[in-house]
Amino acid sequence: MNSRSDRLAAILVILPSLLLLAVFVYGFIGQTLWVSLTDWGQGAGALALNPQIHWVGLENYKSLFTGFLDVRFRQDMVNMVFFTVLFVGASLLLGLLLAILIDQHLPGEGVFRTIFLYPMSLSLVVTGTIWRWMLQPQGGINALPTLFGLPASNFLWMSSRTQILQFNWQALPAYLCWAGVAVLAVAACVYLVKGRHKTAAFFAAPALLLLALVAWGPAGRAALLPYPETHGFNLALLGIVLAAVWQMSGYTMALYLAGLRTIPDELREAARVDGASPLQVYRYVELPLLAPITWSAVIILGHIALKIFDLVFAMAGPDNASTSVPAISMYLTTFRGNQFATGAAIAVVLLLMVAALIIPYLASLLRPGRAQ
Amino acid sequence: MRTKLWVVLVMSVVMLLVSATALAASQPLSGKLEIFSWWAGDEGPALEALIKHFEKMYPNVQVINATVTGGSGVNARAVLKTRMLGGDPPDTFQVHAGQELIGTWVVAKRMENLNSLYKEEGWTKVFPAGLVKLLSTSQGIWSVPVNIHRSNVLWYIPENLKQWGVKVPATWQEFLEIAPKLKAKGIVPLSMGETWTAEHLWENVAISVLGPAKWQQLWQGKISFRSPEMLEVWKLFGEILKYTNQDAPSLSWQQATDMVVKGKAAFNVMGDWAAGYMNTTLHLRPGTDFGWAPAPGTKGIFVMLSDSFGLPVGAPHRATTLAWLRMLGSREAQDIFNPLKGSISPRLDSDLSKYNVYGQSAAKDWRSSTIVGSLVHGVVANERFMNDFATVMEIFLNSRNPQAAANASQAVATQDGIIH
Amino acid sequence: MRASAQERMGTAQGTIQAPETQAALPAGRAQAAPAMRTARRPRHGWTFAFLYALVVLLAIVYLIPVYMTVITSLKAPQDINLMTAWRPPAHPYWASYVQAFRQFAPTLRNSLILAVSATLLSAMMGSLNGYVLAKWGFRGSKWALPLILFGMFIPYQSILIPLFQFLRSVGLYGGLPGLILVHVVYGLPITTLLFHNFYVEIPDELLGSALIDGAEFFKIYRWIILPLSAPAFVVVGIWQFTQIWNEFLFAVTLTRPAFQPITVALANLAGGNAVYWNLPMAGSIIAALPTVLIYIFLGRYFIRGLLAGALKG
Repeated sequence: MNSRSDRLAAILVILPSLLLLAVFVYGFIGQTLWVSLTDWGQGAGALALNPQIHWVGLENYKSLFTGFLDVRFRQDMVNMVFFTVLFVGASLLLGLLLAILIDQHLPGEGVFRTIFLYPMSLSLVVTGTIWRWMLQPQGGINALPTLFGLPASNFLWMSSRTQILQFNWQALPAYLCWAGVAVLAVAACVYLVKGRHKTAAFFAAPALLLLALVAWGPAGRAALLPYPETHGFNLALLGIVLAAVWQMSGYTMALYLAGLRTIPDELREAARVDGASPLQVYRYVELPLLAPITWSAVIILGHIALKIFDLVFAMAGPDNASTSVPAISMYLTTFRGNQFATGAAIAVVLLLMVAALIIPYLASLLRPGRAQ
Repeated sequence: MRTKLWVVLVMSVVMLLVSATALAASQPLSGKLEIFSWWAGDEGPALEALIKHFEKMYPNVQVINATVTGGSGVNARAVLKTRMLGGDPPDTFQVHAGQELIGTWVVAKRMENLNSLYKEEGWTKVFPAGLVKLLSTSQGIWSVPVNIHRSNVLWYIPENLKQWGVKVPATWQEFLEIAPKLKAKGIVPLSMGETWTAEHLWENVAISVLGPAKWQQLWQGKISFRSPEMLEVWKLFGEILKYTNQDAPSLSWQQATDMVVKGKAAFNVMGDWAAGYMNTTLHLRPGTDFGWAPAPGTKGIFVMLSDSFGLPVGAPHRATTLAWLRMLGSREAQDIFNPLKGSISPRLDSDLSKYNVYGQSAAKDWRSSTIVGSLVHGVVANERFMNDFATVMEIFLNSRNPQAAANASQAVATQDGIIH
Repeated sequence: MRASAQERMGTAQGTIQAPETQAALPAGRAQAAPAMRTARRPRHGWTFAFLYALVVLLAIVYLIPVYMTVITSLKAPQDINLMTAWRPPAHPYWASYVQAFRQFAPTLRNSLILAVSATLLSAMMGSLNGYVLAKWGFRGSKWALPLILFGMFIPYQSILIPLFQFLRSVGLYGGLPGLILVHVVYGLPITTLLFHNFYVEIPDELLGSALIDGAEFFKIYRWIILPLSAPAFVVVGIWQFTQIWNEFLFAVTLTRPAFQPITVALANLAGGNAVYWNLPMAGSIIAALPTVLIYIFLGRYFIRGLLAGALKG
């Protein structure tokens, strides 16, 4: 099956798809990247037929992270991080719980599975519309306790201005360095325990270097801003997290359930014969086997969380800064503020964060023995 | 016999030619007309009535009603801008009269000026001079306004005020005296909705502090956003905010109005589309069931905003578009559109008998007040500033620090070309 | 024991394979298919009662939004207020459905044409691509799959303006053909991946035996691969149909009004100035119905799509 004409046919068949994707994905990203390095939108004629566009290098990125007026973008980034962590964490936990429950072969298992999974088939616009109604400050969820004779809750879903876990943006480089030190140190310790000293040293060296840099060097004192600027977790995001978890936790359930059901019964039996209680079987036999599933779920949910747009747009509206995320501010900056270059820069930042999550996964596809 | 036939033939051909040319000369306007807007839902019927009127005048024109909705007009802007960037303008599009049009499209040289249309139709005489000035640059007049809304209105329910023993405040100082009493009774003194309604309130506070002349100077870059007056605006605004509802950001403007109607709040500052909402949707009678006054400290001032349509350069159907614009400015069309939309006609000669009690009172004020433009609704500042001002408002709502807000707005104004 | 089991499960991408493998594999190759498992002994007593109560409670929580949507959609506008939001209507009010349906009729048609044709096209192209990548590796084909897959992760806002300009320059802006093209192109990564994973499991010997002389590329596809592909086509079809039906951003920005799909009509109903919630709620139900029905009746395939397409959200 390797005749020349066959190979030619194979290449000719896949060529149109490759060309389309080359243009629609890589070509268009390249164009956005180029726009992000210009000043398109700074001058008056941003929307002229032939707008005057100049190259400004990384200026737009610099101002996003350190500019006085781009404070909203920074809070949006913080919102996005908190949203991602909470949404992914809650979906995993709830999904695991649901999967374990379904795995008990309770009567009506199929019905329950259908119920937990149906939100996945809805459009985010539908979900957003429904939950906007559910989370009205004086009704819906807040009025739920009154059905049981309890006082109504008055939590301001989506509009609370309370911020917890506040931190100073000036100190961000230092925090990031410390986080880097922690990750590298943990990696080094893991390999040390495994007895792979060379690999451990490979991780330990940059950890020490970074530690020196942040503790005594410039990184510890470098401030992104000349003045303190606090950011934190907006409690208003909880409403969005709630709706998103409702929609996606059934999905993690399905992933885990499929995982649980590929575990051969002999393994469980063996553990039970050894005297393990059902809980112990889960803890020591099944959970470790589900670890790879957890990783792929993190990748999938994580990139959805980073890109989240429709849901916030439909639920809280584009102008609700407490629940805003970079995908929203990119849309507003570009199409309402006419700042095409800044909007493109936000898009590129977003793309880089998604890429940081996805590229390791894609690279794993290239490992020997996979994908031809 | 033969010659006769020949003559008849020639005669008929000539007749045919003549009638064809005559037909061509008087041929009614035909072709297409694409109207781009974000009017849907409650606002849809007014636009449809206009289109119906146009189709009656020009039965051979095929009107394409291109409405893009959602996200308070943001989606429509996204589509319009991508289309214009791609060199595919609609024939005409809805845009707030003033800087929203001028600062984006006129400076980009994407609009044709309408001077000759204004001259032919004599519109400079029927529209107030203050309005025409807001629609113009030194190069010309750029759009045809279809309606006028008033931004500086204070709404209340007379019955409720009587019950609470409260009078309508004429100034913000009076309001601040009344407010604690209302609050003590468990009533929200002033209801507010999502962020843009906070900006809406801010502009009315600012105009009451600055007065019309300085408000206009502010947008000409003649007054600093860090001046003592502007600090005073933010301070007063902060005081007033203390008497607004906590859940404001998750309420639409209608829900903020509902609070007043249901007696949960005493007052609401909103544009006069609120009158349309209370009258048409909630079936309340203007003047008796609900009342209004100029926003505190803005008596004799009419803070206006207006939806308008213009003529983009390169519009595919220029002739039909001009006919549409000509119709839009006519007294007849405006008196069809505005009673349905709940707005008033900018024309000084509109037929007031077609409007309800509120509309008549607004039209009276329109003809006698000092006209200034609204910030939030696109009249006095360009889109970029409007977008960035939302950030300034966020800074203030989170920090409640007048100095910080003043600094930020000065920086935004400098960056966005308000201050040169 | 742990380590060896983990190896069995494979790496992260291995697990993304795993469920799909057992679900959509030609019969006989699945190793631990659910059917082959002995059912666990049913529990009794308190543990059972507790677990059952928990699962019922959770099911109720998951159904609350449906309950709220349905009762709100059946209330007359003047009966809707936040205080009685949880109470069912005394008399169902169907007018909202009539009104919503009237507004939706043309957009339903658009959505149907769009979703069906884009699904078919992207499935056909994905099938061919998957076949090439799984069975006809060429120089650099190793890189092709990851490069193709990257296309489904990008935030679409980042390509919106160039996309728009491209569509306009080729004269496809505004109508359904343009939107179909967009959904086909951005659907290619996922369909290619699904078919690739499916075809990789078909043993090469099966292909080889049919090969007597050269130039068999299309014959093998037509007579061996395609007949085996039915389950994969169902999975891909359901997946793509759901995704395209539910999509909003492209729908709102790339079409002229006459060709807008239903999500846009819903945003139109619900967006901005919605005062009474009966109409948006009725609209939500109409817009959601096709995908929910597919899900209820073809749920098994839908779940396979979810698992197999684990990568797309």
